[in-house]
Amino acid sequence: MENLDSILNALKEMHTGAVEAVDDSFGDTVVTIAKPHLLDALTLLKKQGFDLLLDIAGVDNLKRESRERFEIVYMLYSVATDMRLRVKAHVPEDDLNLPSVTGLWRSANWGEREAYDMFGFNFEGHPNLTRILCHHEFVGHALRKDYPTLKGQWSTGPSDLTPDLDRDK
Amino acid sequence: MGVKITPGTKHESGIITTKIDEVLRWGRKNSLWPLPFGTACCAIEFMGAVSSPFDISRFGAEIVRFSPRQSDLMLVAGTINYKIGPILRRIYDQMCEPKYVISMGACACSGGFYDNYAAIQGIDQIVPVDVFIPGCPPRPDAIFSAIVKLQEKIDKEPQLKLRHLKREHGES
Repeated sequence: MENLDSILNALKEMHTGAVEAVDDSFGDTVVTIAKPHLLDALTLLKKQGFDLLLDIAGVDNLKRESRERFEIVYMLYSVATDMRLRVKAHVPEDDLNLPSVTGLWRSANWGEREAYDMFGFNFEGHPNLTRILCHHEFVGHALRKDYPTLKGQWSTGPSDLTPDLDRDK
Repeated sequence: MGVKITPGTKHESGIITTKIDEVLRWGRKNSLWPLPFGTACCAIEFMGAVSSPFDISRFGAEIVRFSPRQSDLMLVAGTINYKIGPILRRIYDQMCEPKYVISMGACACSGGFYDNYAAIQGIDQIVPVDVFIPGCPPRPDAIFSAIVKLQEKIDKEPQLKLRHLKREHGES
């Protein structure tokens, strides 16, 4: 596998304007990708050897008016070369659609469900985009900065975790 | 406290005289079968209480059952959030009368330090609680104290009258 610089160059050559910024954060490289090129960039990074998707995180920039409302962050890791890379994209409030990367990393399945549950991103192509932490009757997205922190919501009953096995219906 | 048969007395014939209420009371309070509803670290502490260094069987409550149909003491050990709340209520409803609930630890009693969108601020909002145990987590001694408290409570209750009927009629 090549080193990180050549991978970043490959990202820059992929589409003009695809790479918006390359920063360093506590020793990890953070590359910001323009949202339309996100899937292409992540596909390329998977091919370049980032075989582990550690986590998907959301960021709400409600009070930072210089930025778009949301950010999505993918934490990538390469088992063979012990390299880490953080991939970031800005997500405007009026367009929460994002490509699903479940086809690249299977761990994205639950990661994307969590990001949907907490921030309301819509991952297009996800096989089962339902809430994973909050209950199925929860309204709103709990980690958005405009969600009242102490507002609990009662649930009338547990959701169907195994609809195929439920013989009562 | 118990019903004793002393050799050399008339009880040797196998006949004792008592009241039904007394016998039920004696049996129920000394054979509480706990159902651990463990969701967090308090459940680990409960395992310690059951194990031989502390030995919960000294109080007759060592037969831990994981089925609500075979137990009469629900021991809620851990944080209960809005997602598991209905499940807790359903399991409580599946237990046979008479049934008792011990709320173990700060989280189950009041939400603990979790005051947010997810955590229920005390399980008494879902099920009736007989004894609350403070602590984070409580030591096994505190669990035994709660069991003794519950035994004292059972000792004062009329046993032939079902608890749920009492509740419906609003008697204490």
